[in-house]
Amino acid sequence: MKKLLQEFSKGIFMENPTFRLALGLCPTLAVSTSVVNGLGMGVAATFVIVGSNVIISAIRNFIPGKIRIPCFIVIIATFVTIVELIMKAFLPALSNSLGIFVPLIVVNCIVLGRAEAFASRHGIVKSIFDGLGMGVGFTAALVIISAIREILGNGTIVGLMVARSFEPALLFILAPGALLVIGLLMGGINFLSEKK
Amino acid sequence: MLNNNLTVSPAPHIRSGMTTQKIMYIVICSLLPAGLAGVYIFGLSSLKVILISIIACVISEVIFLVLRNKDPKTILDGSAILTGLLLAYNLPPGVPFWIPVVGGVVSIMLGKQIFGGLGHNIFNPALVGRAFLQISWPVYMTTWKNPRWALDAVSTATPLAREGARSFTYMDLFLGNHGGCIGEVCIVLLLAGALILLFMKIISFHIPASFIGTVMLLVWIFGGNEFFQGDFLFHLLAGGLVLGAFFMATDYVTRPLTKKGKIIFGIGCGVLTVVIRLKGSYPEGVSYAILFMNAVVPLIDRHTKTKVYGAQTGKASPA
Repeated sequence: MKKLLQEFSKGIFMENPTFRLALGLCPTLAVSTSVVNGLGMGVAATFVIVGSNVIISAIRNFIPGKIRIPCFIVIIATFVTIVELIMKAFLPALSNSLGIFVPLIVVNCIVLGRAEAFASRHGIVKSIFDGLGMGVGFTAALVIISAIREILGNGTIVGLMVARSFEPALLFILAPGALLVIGLLMGGINFLSEKK
Repeated sequence: MLNNNLTVSPAPHIRSGMTTQKIMYIVICSLLPAGLAGVYIFGLSSLKVILISIIACVISEVIFLVLRNKDPKTILDGSAILTGLLLAYNLPPGVPFWIPVVGGVVSIMLGKQIFGGLGHNIFNPALVGRAFLQISWPVYMTTWKNPRWALDAVSTATPLAREGARSFTYMDLFLGNHGGCIGEVCIVLLLAGALILLFMKIISFHIPASFIGTVMLLVWIFGGNEFFQGDFLFHLLAGGLVLGAFFMATDYVTRPLTKKGKIIFGIGCGVLTVVIRLKGSYPEGVSYAILFMNAVVPLIDRHTKTKVYGAQTGKASPA
């Protein structure tokens, strides 16, 4: 049990996909303009990571090594399609604001990275915990980044106004703001973890 | 006893006595007349902007020096004051007081100290601050004030933004009688300051000459309704070209080292400025052009490296 918890927590802290492994930065930059978007993206990606990890880990002994990447992609794409259709049916507003980045989870480095580096080498239960950890880590990173960007760039948090007299800095909603926030957070996290 | 007069030291043995501190203060002094002209033209609110900007830069420099365990005395080298001054010169006169505060903090923190302080910054700190403000609060950054001689009370745009209805004579533009940023309007005093710097060999003519020359040539060719009809004098005198070319593109830290490199740098700045001014959505492109070329300086330096005397280049030829 302790080992499983380790697999889970490493995705959140020591191997956080965004801040430590610097994977999946493209959707991170693109959708972290508001907390709702960030959370939606994170949950969708978590579902895909866990789902694909389970299936890949279950059939890992039947996938020929030479064509493993196409096999992974097919499995991942299946789960992405499920997410996309569910989102379109039940959360059309979120689906609209995330746009192309939901289908693009197929080529997200985190998902493929976990399939290649973890699920294809470990058992199903371990893979579930690894996927959950990575997904939660990714979601947490997205929520932190998007909260900072939404507060500074739009003057709101989850749609609620922060302060009446605050004039938001448009830059944080645009691309340079995303790069700045991620860079400074990465630098801060590296600084803090080196200190320990 | 004689031995005491002998010192053994490595080269260089002759020093010019020109320190970083001295250069910074000379540049600040050469910039002052144009700033005073800006204060005279736009009123005392612009003096407030200049002072707030300098104070914000100096205070944030001290804070970051302390945070980085450096000696806070290095603040005396004047670089933070120069950054604050240049940032204020790039702001419209009527901005609210917190704009130069945010700009100063961003200039020093994101433009300079994050990279390791003076001498390590990739981008010109003052321009980083300006770009940040320009993107973040476009309304404040494009609300211009009337010069004191203006007759109409309607707030004017920077002349570059409304080329269609041109109401300025070249003399107005040359003396600074038009809307614009605090430090960029009075061309004649900027040129006087630049001449001092050129004369004292603080800056060389390579970057400003190639920068301004490229802008004027390209505007002459492409700026008009037909080829070779563009109003190149207007593009020289309006906007921040003179301020940018002489005082910001020539920043020691963020410009190339060799003469050839400086000319490439200047031409690159010029081309980008013209492209942004004529084809882009912003009326003014000098600051973005300089920032962009700052990013390519390492590449320029690598390809214009001077040959080391006596060194073998490429493959050694078979004997």
